[in-house]
Amino acid sequence: MLDIRFPIGLMFSIVGLIITIYGLATMGQDAMYVKSLNVNVNLLSGIGTLAFGLLMLLFSDPVRKRKKK
Amino acid sequence: MDTRFALHGIDYLIMAVYFVFVLGIGWALRKYMKNASAFLEAGRSIPAWVAGLAFISTNLGALEVMGMTGSGLKYGMLTTHFYWIGAIPAMVFLALFMMRFYYGSKARSVPEYLKLRFNEKTRALNAFLFALMTVLASGISMYALAILLENVLGWNFNVSLLASAAIVLAYTYLGGLSSAIYNEVLQFFIIIIGLLPMAILVMADVGGYDGMQASLAPIVEGKGFAADTWTTTWKYTATAGANPMGVEWYGILAGLGFVLSFGYWCTNFLIVQRAMAAESMTAARKVPLIGAIPKMFIPFLIIIPGIAALVLLNDPGKGFTLPLNDAGQPIYDYTIIMLLKQYLPAGVLGLGITALLASFMSGMAGNVSAFNTVWTYDIYQSYIRPATGNKESDDRHYLKVGRMATIVGVLVSIAAAYIASKFGNIMDFLQTVFSMINAPLFAVIFLGMFWKRSTGNAAFIGLLMGFLIALLHHGLTMPAGATTLVKGGWLGVVHTYPVEMAQNFWTAIFAFTTAALLTVIISLVSKREKSDEELNGLVYSMTPKLDDSGVVWYQRPWFLALIVGIIMIVLSILFW
Repeated sequence: MLDIRFPIGLMFSIVGLIITIYGLATMGQDAMYVKSLNVNVNLLSGIGTLAFGLLMLLFSDPVRKRKKK
Repeated sequence: MDTRFALHGIDYLIMAVYFVFVLGIGWALRKYMKNASAFLEAGRSIPAWVAGLAFISTNLGALEVMGMTGSGLKYGMLTTHFYWIGAIPAMVFLALFMMRFYYGSKARSVPEYLKLRFNEKTRALNAFLFALMTVLASGISMYALAILLENVLGWNFNVSLLASAAIVLAYTYLGGLSSAIYNEVLQFFIIIIGLLPMAILVMADVGGYDGMQASLAPIVEGKGFAADTWTTTWKYTATAGANPMGVEWYGILAGLGFVLSFGYWCTNFLIVQRAMAAESMTAARKVPLIGAIPKMFIPFLIIIPGIAALVLLNDPGKGFTLPLNDAGQPIYDYTIIMLLKQYLPAGVLGLGITALLASFMSGMAGNVSAFNTVWTYDIYQSYIRPATGNKESDDRHYLKVGRMATIVGVLVSIAAAYIASKFGNIMDFLQTVFSMINAPLFAVIFLGMFWKRSTGNAAFIGLLMGFLIALLHHGLTMPAGATTLVKGGWLGVVHTYPVEMAQNFWTAIFAFTTAALLTVIISLVSKREKSDEELNGLVYSMTPKLDDSGVVWYQRPWFLALIVGIIMIVLSILFW
């Protein structure tokens, strides 16, 4: 059966990438980040989400099988 | 107070990615749905960690998340009793002592276990009540989601309701229980990742846990409690008046820690079904323990930010307020929404809102996937069309019935959602009534599993009378200040409880005691109905001990239970 780590990893990698790019694009827009205590929370959260997604992908069956080959 | 969010394109993009994956998982699983067992029981093939996360995720619906953050604000750390003493002992007990009978008896549902252990009428009573309860719960969840989307995002109520129903229907129809479970795991991670930035930012804003404690002292003293009441769990439970929940430590232990939590975690098929879908006996016994570990840390994500919100509310400089209801009272359930709005800019905000949407949908899908199983096996197969004996054609037939039940379940839920929107009180009342089935059910199943002498007739009468006594108690008592009969007292008020929670505890205690006493007494005065051989696999003393010697020590249920117990004790001492 489908290994759930694969779709989870794929989804969080995509979402993490989107938020990271958005965080980079909005760097310097200080007014936008006043509410988040002047922290570019998109950049940090995006990188974290992306890392989680990639980790899940790395341990998923489809990726591990391909590596073995 | 404006509850509206301004969402940006980026937020909608994140939401859209999530929905593509939700539906994609259902689509990818559809080819495995070859028979009724694959569709309704996930073919008993789910790895322990997946089922374990789904196990707690089912309970982590949006109403739960919103309610718990609101309770954090209202009651402080006392709310964690719902996560520690009020869940962990029951989950450990289910894993160590009960799962082997649910899983090993080959019952496909909790009502079916009642049939195997007791008799047909006990199963019927439970199955019908359970089926009604699940579609009702799913409808209420749907209604709450649509109202939230209307208030917060300004979406049309009908469109929100029908669209969310359609998505849930699509992925449960395509992939059955497997799809519901997989999506619950996805939802679990998105809740954590979506809410974490808010939780960290609010704690940083109030100066960490210590800063929060210092700011809380004058606020809490102003309410007439000791300065650290909001940041302690057991310290002020010697008398009911010393804590905002209005309960004593023995009320918490007996009411929440025993009857309510054991009734919910050990007998509610919605929850137990996740563990019954596990791939092996060892996996099934590990499921509740694996779920227990993240469960114990969820308060840091949803309850403590709620406590911090009390500090924000009392600091005009923060500009944090809660919306008010028609009576001018703050709507505490909106605490988490307002926290998301307060701290998250576009981008992560989309992720936070997606987390809430996700938890609403998995709540609905969980109910629908439990409903279709009980309907197909315990009602349809038992009373409408029994199996013919031809395994292949039966399997195809029940798969079709399971799929139809999924559609019907969603349609009835939609109807329930509209009834809730017109007659909210009726739905509140029905939900209270159905919440009363768990406590007597636990008494009956517990006696069935651990006392070979208990009989079917006794169980049936115990279950029925326990339920009726709960109704009677609710009809004769009222929480102080209640204005509608929905809260109780519809038969006349004999006793008034200081808070609604105390009334709930006592309703459950009365129901449990009645069911247990009647089952014991009637069993003792009647003849045994089942021989020792017939009870093999159903009753503790009649079943050979399980041998875990083939399992690595750190994978054994007893070892995991020990870890869970140690973490719980450490947390309880830290936040005493």
